[in-house]
Amino acid sequence: MLRTFFIVLGLSLVLLVAVTGLRGQKGKKTPIEIFPDMDHQPKVKSQVPSGFFADFRGDRLPVSGTVPMGYAMPVSKEDPLPDDGKYATVQFSSGTSYEDTGRFGDHWGTGIPIPVTAELMQRGGERYMIFCAVCHGTSGAGNGVAGQYGMAAIASYHQDRLRTMSDGEIFNTITHGKNTMLGYGGKIPLNDRWAIVAYVRALQLSQNATMADVPPEKRAKLEAVKP
Amino acid sequence: MSNFFPRWANWVPLKLLLIAVVLTTVLTGGVWYYFTPKYTRVGYMPDQPVPFSHSIHVEQLGMDCRYCHSFVEVSGHSNVPDTQTCMACHSQIKSTSPKLAAVRASWESGSPVQWVRIHKAPDYVYFNHAVHVNRGVSCFSCHGQINNMTTVWQAEPQSMAWCLECHRAPEKFLRPPSEIYNLNWRPASAAQQLAMGTQFKKEWNINPPLTCGGCHR
Repeated sequence: MLRTFFIVLGLSLVLLVAVTGLRGQKGKKTPIEIFPDMDHQPKVKSQVPSGFFADFRGDRLPVSGTVPMGYAMPVSKEDPLPDDGKYATVQFSSGTSYEDTGRFGDHWGTGIPIPVTAELMQRGGERYMIFCAVCHGTSGAGNGVAGQYGMAAIASYHQDRLRTMSDGEIFNTITHGKNTMLGYGGKIPLNDRWAIVAYVRALQLSQNATMADVPPEKRAKLEAVKP
Repeated sequence: MSNFFPRWANWVPLKLLLIAVVLTTVLTGGVWYYFTPKYTRVGYMPDQPVPFSHSIHVEQLGMDCRYCHSFVEVSGHSNVPDTQTCMACHSQIKSTSPKLAAVRASWESGSPVQWVRIHKAPDYVYFNHAVHVNRGVSCFSCHGQINNMTTVWQAEPQSMAWCLECHRAPEKFLRPPSEIYNLNWRPASAAQQLAMGTQFKKEWNINPPLTCGGCHR
């Protein structure tokens, strides 16, 4: 009796392991949920489909032609004052001021509308490395890694056209994109976009300056690392 | 009358007891081994509509996690990127690759790519990405070496007991803020990690909740 029991037990264990596998094995099967009590509630969560809506989108898009509460009518890429129906897709802007759009009426403004501090520059540098350096390169020369994989026509910041470009237009380019560059307004919050503008200005200065532009107390440090 | 039961019958109760003990042990062991996310969830590696490789984008190209997961620092939910994020490069790079067909279809139709969700917390768990990454917990702690994954799989069980391992002793896991998104970073030694972690815990006043209400509402 015992022998039979152990043989049967042993065989069923082997069978069990053969069927269920071990911990950590990679597999495509949807995980089983052993105690699914209230694990799945019918509430709407971020980036999760919802059966409540006909198109199953949990995250709702603004209704065509409307603007979220607290937002002014946004300025689209093409039209300073959209009134031809192009505002159907709400662009990323919370208003029509210079800070939101980089423009005064129908022309680009210049100047950073938030206090430019060392923290802002650092923040701008960090955000630049995350979002911009992939294409524009760490120094802004347009030699980021994406260029090696077939990204064409990446602008270098170190050309007169961009050196003389107004801050507002650079801000608008980050927000809405330009030519082959898509907009980043949906990914980078307003203040971060201005921080990046400030950092881009610093990059341009860094590549187009003479020793006389460097504060006297910092010159020695720079001379020391000069190649 | 004396030999009504055969001799072997004397052993039946003992043998039954042995069988009961062995069976109970095996069943308990089986439940312990299988009825936990360490078995049910770790290693879950579904096919995705787009065979996106973190390894190519992060290791080969050097992209930051936050290029795509752009709101992880400010939001409880770490976003899966929208189609525009993909198209920012893939409108030009590999713009005809069949692997990216679902991305292009989404770009044209406006309906999102149907990524298969891998990491799932129960709906009564309120995990907040931002508070973790802004206070020294790296992506690595919960997602493993995701930067090297060609296809993403779940690396950690993400069970409650597993959460509590860190909530009870965060100093074992906290990192310098500059290394949160550098998934290849490792402390020099366990002792150094402990010293550094203890310092961060004190300086940043880190006091992870151990009460139910910290994560459940």
